[in-house]
Amino acid sequence: MAVTTSIAASCYHCGTACENDQYILDDKAFCCAGCRSVYQILAENNLCNYYHYNDTPGQVRNEKQQRFDYLDEPSIVSKLIDFTDQDITVITFYIPAIHCSSCIWLLEHLHKLNCAVLHSRIDFLKKEVNITFKHSQLSLKQLVELLSAVGYEPLISQQDVVKEKKHSVNHSLIKRIALAGFCMGNVMLFTFPEYLGLSSFERQFQSLFGWLNLIFSIPVVFYSARDFFTSAWASLKNKMINLDTPLALIIAVLFLRTAFEVITKTGPGFADTLTGLVFLLLMGRWVRQRTYHHLSFERDYRSYFPVGVTLLKEGNEKPAAIDNINIGDRMLIHNNEIVPADSILMKGEGWFDFSFVTGESAPVQKVLGEIVYAGGRQLGEAVEMEVVKPVSQSYLTRLWNNETFNTTESKIKNFNDSIARYFTYAVFVISFGSALFWVLQGDNAKAWGAFTAVIIVACPCVIALSTPFTLSSVLSIFDKNRFYLKNTDVVEQLARIDTLVFDKTGTITSPQAAALSFSGHLTQFQKELIASLARNSVHPLSREIIKWLQVDTFYSVSDYREIAGKGVSGIIKGHSLVMGNAAFAAGGSEENADSSTVHVSINDEFLGYFKIRQQWRSGIKEMISNLSAKFSFHLISGDKETDRGSLKTIFPHGTPLNFKQSPQEKLEYVQRLQEDNRKVMMLGDGLNDAGALKQSDLGVAVTDNVNNFSPGCDAILDGTSMPVIPRFISLAKFGMRTIKKSFGIALVYNMAGIYFAVQGTLSPLTAAVLMPMSTITIITFTSISTHYFAKKNKLK
Amino acid sequence: MNILYFLIGCSIVVALIFLAAFFWSIRSGQHDDMHTPAIRILFDDDKPDQTE
Repeated sequence: MAVTTSIAASCYHCGTACENDQYILDDKAFCCAGCRSVYQILAENNLCNYYHYNDTPGQVRNEKQQRFDYLDEPSIVSKLIDFTDQDITVITFYIPAIHCSSCIWLLEHLHKLNCAVLHSRIDFLKKEVNITFKHSQLSLKQLVELLSAVGYEPLISQQDVVKEKKHSVNHSLIKRIALAGFCMGNVMLFTFPEYLGLSSFERQFQSLFGWLNLIFSIPVVFYSARDFFTSAWASLKNKMINLDTPLALIIAVLFLRTAFEVITKTGPGFADTLTGLVFLLLMGRWVRQRTYHHLSFERDYRSYFPVGVTLLKEGNEKPAAIDNINIGDRMLIHNNEIVPADSILMKGEGWFDFSFVTGESAPVQKVLGEIVYAGGRQLGEAVEMEVVKPVSQSYLTRLWNNETFNTTESKIKNFNDSIARYFTYAVFVISFGSALFWVLQGDNAKAWGAFTAVIIVACPCVIALSTPFTLSSVLSIFDKNRFYLKNTDVVEQLARIDTLVFDKTGTITSPQAAALSFSGHLTQFQKELIASLARNSVHPLSREIIKWLQVDTFYSVSDYREIAGKGVSGIIKGHSLVMGNAAFAAGGSEENADSSTVHVSINDEFLGYFKIRQQWRSGIKEMISNLSAKFSFHLISGDKETDRGSLKTIFPHGTPLNFKQSPQEKLEYVQRLQEDNRKVMMLGDGLNDAGALKQSDLGVAVTDNVNNFSPGCDAILDGTSMPVIPRFISLAKFGMRTIKKSFGIALVYNMAGIYFAVQGTLSPLTAAVLMPMSTITIITFTSISTHYFAKKNKLK
Repeated sequence: MNILYFLIGCSIVVALIFLAAFFWSIRSGQHDDMHTPAIRILFDDDKPDQTE
């Protein structure tokens, strides 16, 4: 292939712009050694089709190399695999990098890379790959290393996302719907002649059709509708009435009356209404159970922590499962590994990135003897640490022992269940009243007819259906605007919110837009000098600075010195350069506690400092001022107070701004607000917000990449959609209003039905026409009005 | 018109066969992944010896 300049400019593997032409193989340019090595492996194994299905299908290869030593530990391996026997092992991995058809092609051709892989199959939406391999020729560790080598590193965590999802797949509901639909179709066929009026010739089939209808309703009542009975029974036992109670009653009455009429040959029965009702109700349930395959709302620290860690025992390195770490154990934490338990730094230079815990992106330095809380990611050399608390009792993980995490009941009683009570009482009063009336008139047959007919026609199926259909259309609008809710109940909670609580870092600041700025002015030559010095340092800030300077010329450095925690110095082209914290580089002239500044002086002349400035997410200010009329705000941040001044300009006057809050304090803060009868929506992003997210009435995890880790929550919001929150809330409120309106429409239909029913003159035909009519009206009304409202509010 | 009894029986049996087939397809996991097979079918067959 001819190399044109445009190809040379971007990496053949991942499409990133190449900074130099250092990495070239087979006339193809690569941005880094990682991408080139993937290409090399694929080229050697004749797998270059990978590059034909898509341009630049790869992902940028970060230099972080995970270590998989713990996969040699049999106790860990046995937890991960699906199946094993003497020859083969089957395992399912979750691979976040899967994103295009090339990924599918490559991962399903793994057998070409290593013949010990017998079979591999991808589930694209779930980003999972199921691999069968011969474990005598290829160990699990080697398999994972093979996947990593081609750029598809599996995410292996203690909380096995893959296995938990498997249980959630609900086949039984689909089977119930299929059976109900099947029976409904057949029953309709047999009932149809009845609608048109039977001729004398057709009457000979009447009893056969009646019996067939009865037979078809049996599986619908006892299999498809079983859930309604169990749920109604459970709520009656608790002396409560939920929406399933009247539904179960109606299904039972419909079935009994059908059986009665067929057996006594007094009429055709209501089998068509019965099967249609169950089918529609189950459809409503199905719509409600919308699942996002690529998102998980139930994650906790275990899905973020590693599965194993390297322990040092009598000088030997030994992998161990994380649950087997005891106080006093000596751990070896390599570059990019996560500290799994609170421990003391014993040896080495510790730079920890706590971004998952606090959302704070700048790494923190720890000195020997200092306690490092679990959840930090070590950057730089391998360090030795001694465990002071077991994993489950650590500063961060202790949060999950809180009782908030052990309650599963729904947070707000939903509209449906509260209305169901009144509804049931009303139906009982009318049905018994009309039965009593006819008994007093001496017409027992009509009393039975009127009693059952009222219950049948007063069916709350419209409420049972309008809620899931309205809320799921709201959900699909949210979905298009990158706001993913766990289920439809969350919409109801969103509509009731009156207080918004924000986390600062990562939530209202954008982690990606953390901008570097320099306080003074630099000439091109000075820039080159600084870049040349910074190039020698592995400190993350140095790398940021080099990126910001954008110079191509580097000089050699002599007399280079790096003092941990202070800065670097060196002599370049005769100029002496010093970079570091204020005391080190600026002669201690000013005391600046902020660790994210780098001061620079050349030839003892102070030039200024680099500062990493947090940037607010765009549109935050407008959003807050938009909402401030109706909502109150709170801020709880784990950070220092440095940003108090600028935060005051964002939030309305008098908003409580709380700093230095521990995860536990955040949870308690939300709890206190709720005790004041406030409905709290918590917006957070890190593991330290997990407690507050769980405690709040509506916990929203804000993230910049929805496929990334986010703590357990009710909803996941893409950071770019933050400014749309006011419109989300008004749409949720509109949805709830729509449900109430549809309830009004349903009442009109029910009144009409009851008018016939109390007179005991309800024919199956009227019931068969009324029910689908009202259902279709309601579903059309709710979905059209919801989408119209969304369009009016400029939601996609 | 007694043939109608037979025909009704036939129609129910055929319908039951389809229902059973649907249940079987759910159990065998055919509906678990509705997306990947649509992509997979577009891949070319591997050429036996591709020249490098």
